[in-house]
Amino acid sequence: MSEHQLRNFSINFGPQHPAAHGVLRMVLELDGEVVERVDPHIGLLHRGTEKLIEYKTYAQATPYFDRLDYVAPMNQEHAFALAVEKLMGIEVPRRGQLIRVLYSEIGRILSHLLNVTTFAMDVGALTPPLWGFEEREKLMIFYERACGARMHANYFRVGGVHQDLPPDLIDDIEAFCDPFLKTVDDLNRLVTGNRIFKQRTVDISPTTLDECWAHGFSGVLVRAAGAEWDLRKAQPYECYEEMDFDIPVGKHGDCFDRYCVRMEEMVQSVRIMRQCIDKLRAPDGQGPVLTQDHKVTPPKRGDMKRSMEALIHHFKLYTEGYHVPAGEVYAAVEAPKGEFGVYLVADGGNMPYRCKIRAPGFAHLAAMDHLSRGYMLADVSAILGSIDIVFGEVDR
Amino acid sequence: MAEASLNQTVEGQTGVDPEALGARVLQVVGDDGVAARTAFGELTLEVDSGHIVDVALKLRDSADLRFVCLIDICGADYPERERRFDVVYHLLSPTLNARIRLKVQTDGQAPVPSLVEVFPAANWYERETWDMYGVVFSGHPDLRRLLTDYGFEGHPLRKDFPLTGFVEVRYDDAQKRVVYEPVALRQEFRRFDFLSPWEGVDYVLPGDEKASEQKGSGKAS
Repeated sequence: MSEHQLRNFSINFGPQHPAAHGVLRMVLELDGEVVERVDPHIGLLHRGTEKLIEYKTYAQATPYFDRLDYVAPMNQEHAFALAVEKLMGIEVPRRGQLIRVLYSEIGRILSHLLNVTTFAMDVGALTPPLWGFEEREKLMIFYERACGARMHANYFRVGGVHQDLPPDLIDDIEAFCDPFLKTVDDLNRLVTGNRIFKQRTVDISPTTLDECWAHGFSGVLVRAAGAEWDLRKAQPYECYEEMDFDIPVGKHGDCFDRYCVRMEEMVQSVRIMRQCIDKLRAPDGQGPVLTQDHKVTPPKRGDMKRSMEALIHHFKLYTEGYHVPAGEVYAAVEAPKGEFGVYLVADGGNMPYRCKIRAPGFAHLAAMDHLSRGYMLADVSAILGSIDIVFGEVDR
Repeated sequence: MAEASLNQTVEGQTGVDPEALGARVLQVVGDDGVAARTAFGELTLEVDSGHIVDVALKLRDSADLRFVCLIDICGADYPERERRFDVVYHLLSPTLNARIRLKVQTDGQAPVPSLVEVFPAANWYERETWDMYGVVFSGHPDLRRLLTDYGFEGHPLRKDFPLTGFVEVRYDDAQKRVVYEPVALRQEFRRFDFLSPWEGVDYVLPGDEKASEQKGSGKAS
């Protein structure tokens, strides 16, 4: 044996790296090209969202949720709205629920489109992002037409959604569905069977179901590992109970299965969107989109011109805000990336006492060491792409 | 096996009655240092900090509970209490389709046993709780700061930590590097309490300080 000092090689992956999907610094310890240890350093995008929310009224806290997973903003708002509604015991009108479900599914497509196409880019394909981003653009215009903002929507309010959808927007969303399925089909033919893509993803980092639960995984990662677990079915919120859709399930839990589950979920989301559109047009889908309790939701602008009470309500809501009875709840939604939960502690005042945001990406990234140990350096970017990380929600 | 039971919950019941679940959980974990309570349809167990690993193990391994998924660990700060911090654990049982919340009270000094051995997911959540609240976890393999800056001091989510923090950073063109400076506020930080002046607030308005003392001292002068 020679006296050579064998030493592992450490490299910094990021903080600025195109495959890091944001500002992630990972210290990789390599033995040759094999990954021995991964130490992700996060927090480079930490903005203190939870602290800020403690100093804002409930209405002012909602926009912070857009900025968590900025790829699918409305799904995050949804969890917060559900938590506050649970504490206050508010029932959302049916049309409000349908619009929420419709836009949650649009958010899911937004997120999955970004992920599958950039994932393909991480492992070497350049065309898919171009195709995918064209469709994302259309969906963001639907966001804009509903609420005026392409990304940071602030559309889901406590008690419903901010405004009703105009009828021609609903028509346009319906007209979007069929061509979109064609795009998904094109992407499928371009990527799914592709030899290079498969070589880079099949059997990379397979996870068993037990590992998934132990590491706190949720959403696509659990489904790719074979569990038919989806909060939309398991613990239905809003009107998901009456929606007819399937849960795609993978077998191996490897990177390729995660990709396949996402592709199929987009098709299922379109199915849900179509049902929402039908129900929105049906007679029982008409009516208010916000609860009519004006102690919580602002009155109509027209009412404020005539009614003193409405004017007072408006003034109180936009200065002091409403008071939420003391208590603590946990509300979770099936966000595109997994279980997005909000643990909310109220002390009876007009600001949350504590608002813990449980982001799915956090748990997934925490397991990065477990997922990529023993794989090659090039696989790290494939694994990172497949667990769908957005730093807005990981760092908060 | 896990898959079969999952399908059953997906089609059949959604969620378990929290009261009934609480009784079952107490049967499994015993009521030594544990108290169950239900609010808003959610089950909460208050656990003594010494028992937390034991309780988590029993919840995870019991065949008819199977709380195998650690959803979240977070802290909460109640400065008026003697043991000011809560460490809150959220567990999920995919088999039962049920959630449970565990709460441990601690002060700033006494460590809480770490759950990393029970749930690998606890690693980062405990690091985050340490970072944000300064709660120490004993037995944690790598209790470093997670979200805050390298070299950060203090625990930002504590209630006595100011919203603005203590230092701010800027790029100094002369030194060609980022420099840290104490926070300088151009204006006092304002926080409105929204108490109505007609509904018995007991603070003294600026300029009114002498209004009460003049009554007493007026005759003397």
